Amino acid sequence: MSDFAIRAENIGKRYRLGETVGNYSTFRESMAGWFRRSSKKDIEQASDDELWALRNLNFEVNQGDVLGIVGRNGAGKSTLLKVLSRVTEPTEGYAEIRGRVGSLLEVGTGFHPELTGRENIFLNGAILGMKRAEISAKFDEIVDFSEVEKFIDTPVKRYSSGMYLRLAFAVAAHLEPEILVVDEVLAVGDAEFQRKCIGKMSDVAQQGRTVLFVSHNMSAILRLTQETMVINKGRMVMRAPSAQAVDYYLSQGFSEEGSRCWDADEIPASAGPFKPIELRVVNAQGNEASTVRSVEPCSFEVEYEISEPITGLRVGLYLMSTRGEYIFTSFDTDEPEQYEAMTVRPAGRYVSRCNIPADMLNEGRYVIGVNASSFKIRRYFHDERALAFNVDAAGAPGTHWPEPRLGPVRPRLDWKIDMVEQK
Amino acid sequence: MSTMKDIQEAELPLTLLKPSKGLGSLQLRDLWQYRELIYFMTWRNLKVRYKQTLLGASWAVLRPFLTMVVFSIFFGDLAEVPSDGMPYPIFSFAALVPWGLFSDAVSVGGRSLVQNRHMITKIYFPRVILPLSSILAGLVDFLIAFVVLIGMMVFYKITPTANVWTLPLFLLLALVTATGVGLWLAALNVQYRDVAYITPFLTQFWLYVTPIAYPASMVPDKWQLIYSLNPMAGVVEGFRWALLGTEQGAPGPQLVVSSVVALVLLVTGYAYFRRMERSFADMV
Repeated sequence: MSDFAIRAENIGKRYRLGETVGNYSTFRESMAGWFRRSSKKDIEQASDDELWALRNLNFEVNQGDVLGIVGRNGAGKSTLLKVLSRVTEPTEGYAEIRGRVGSLLEVGTGFHPELTGRENIFLNGAILGMKRAEISAKFDEIVDFSEVEKFIDTPVKRYSSGMYLRLAFAVAAHLEPEILVVDEVLAVGDAEFQRKCIGKMSDVAQQGRTVLFVSHNMSAILRLTQETMVINKGRMVMRAPSAQAVDYYLSQGFSEEGSRCWDADEIPASAGPFKPIELRVVNAQGNEASTVRSVEPCSFEVEYEISEPITGLRVGLYLMSTRGEYIFTSFDTDEPEQYEAMTVRPAGRYVSRCNIPADMLNEGRYVIGVNASSFKIRRYFHDERALAFNVDAAGAPGTHWPEPRLGPVRPRLDWKIDMVEQK
Repeated sequence: MSTMKDIQEAELPLTLLKPSKGLGSLQLRDLWQYRELIYFMTWRNLKVRYKQTLLGASWAVLRPFLTMVVFSIFFGDLAEVPSDGMPYPIFSFAALVPWGLFSDAVSVGGRSLVQNRHMITKIYFPRVILPLSSILAGLVDFLIAFVVLIGMMVFYKITPTANVWTLPLFLLLALVTATGVGLWLAALNVQYRDVAYITPFLTQFWLYVTPIAYPASMVPDKWQLIYSLNPMAGVVEGFRWALLGTEQGAPGPQLVVSSVVALVLLVTGYAYFRRMERSFADMV
């Protein structure tokens, strides 16, 4: 008996965009309230006739491996997980799965707001495929992990979102499947919760279970996985030890010099009235540049269109290292006066420009992410890795010593040297 | 916590994922594996059904009871519709109880997939559990209303006939019909949300072609066979015959036709459901 956990042969998944979807969109307009956004439909809408979300995927995962999966938005990562967890059928090819697949992408699936925490644990456990005896045996452990003992007999609709999430995660985490599939679960919840998730994941991995881990967080990928698969446009473009794969992933697709345009198929339909056009890095001379100097100011520009007025819109940037560590997050309406003046942003074409002062960034490569949202209302658009650029440190403080300086910032600080006593 | 050793020792089930062709299997093994989920979902539907309602489970009684009152006044007293020699109220109530089971099952079952779309798009389980468990939850409402029916029989001093043992068979016929129709509607609803608008109309229409407010004996003989194409006609007449002992004799060829139609509905409904199942997650 070979010891693979997953073996996929030529897996392909096609979404047809023919008649059915056409009708569907018509209904969608008349019964808008009935339909909630779904990433799947987003992809469908972007193209006219059909779309291969996955194509010719061949891979094997051995039992006990922890495999990372990285790729841009819409690359097919989530579709792959859906196929592997049997939510949707592949259109072609086949896959063999040895053991139970549990996924943390379904945290809280089937939770009913009217039912109590206790009732939901049993219900959710059953939905995840646990036997009743299994749930009873683990009940105390689950409650313990979720830290909601006091409210276990309260309907979950009275829970705070944090409690809800913890309880949901606790059930999923105690499923103990042979294969665990994790999709961006680290993107939700507070820092404490994320720490717990990562802890649980490494436990699972240490027990010799198989883990598939999808994330945009490169440092988490590097920390938790040995091997990583890079997916682009539904195809596997690389599978290698994680460090190598992450390097490759971060450097690919950044050939654009100093600017990044979004194609129609990269913009989800849920972006709605917000349409990103271009992100640019502009140097001190006012030109687009892929490399800027540390000692000169530069600016990041987001160009976008709004087709109808949006209330409370904020367009912002994340700056990260290529390892995925955040350096800062900033929004164009961070200043209260600016926010007041822009409460409702009328339809039109805009450029939000963020000026980066001189002497701020250290030499190295950086990644800019874009976010357009209305706080606590809706996230219109989000691209965590929109564009990468380089910073050249020539002339920066300390460059007369030819050594790399640690840390992402390289400020020109005011040093005074006082002699306190002369000998 | 089990360790790697346990995992290797245990026989790991092998799942093959591939595009399915044709009608697919009956999926009975899968259903058996997930039998506890059927139980839990039924239980959830029950628990949730009357949450935050003032009258709670009394609705299970009130709805058929009030309908019976209206029917008795307008059809029984005013229009003087014959009732096979029975007091009109119990004549109609004995029909409204199984009818309520059917119409609830059809409307709740038909909605079940769309209502639980968040489950369908995120996790695997045999999808048929959703309509099935909502239909099963309706059985409890049925039982409550049935107790009231027994109370009414006591009130009208009607003793059940010797044929009362056949009652579970008629109940089964009602369930088979409801499941067949429910599966059709649930699967159709995923693709065509029109179903949501058709269902109330369909159940209303079906109510009229079922002998609830009137006896099946009112239908001319030459139409009887066509009339029994409606399996609910067989169910309702059967309930009256087994419980109250109406003047009509035992249901004969009509019942055979009703049963065949019910089975056809169930088989085609399940086949259609299984065929569409593979794309539920992509369409719902």
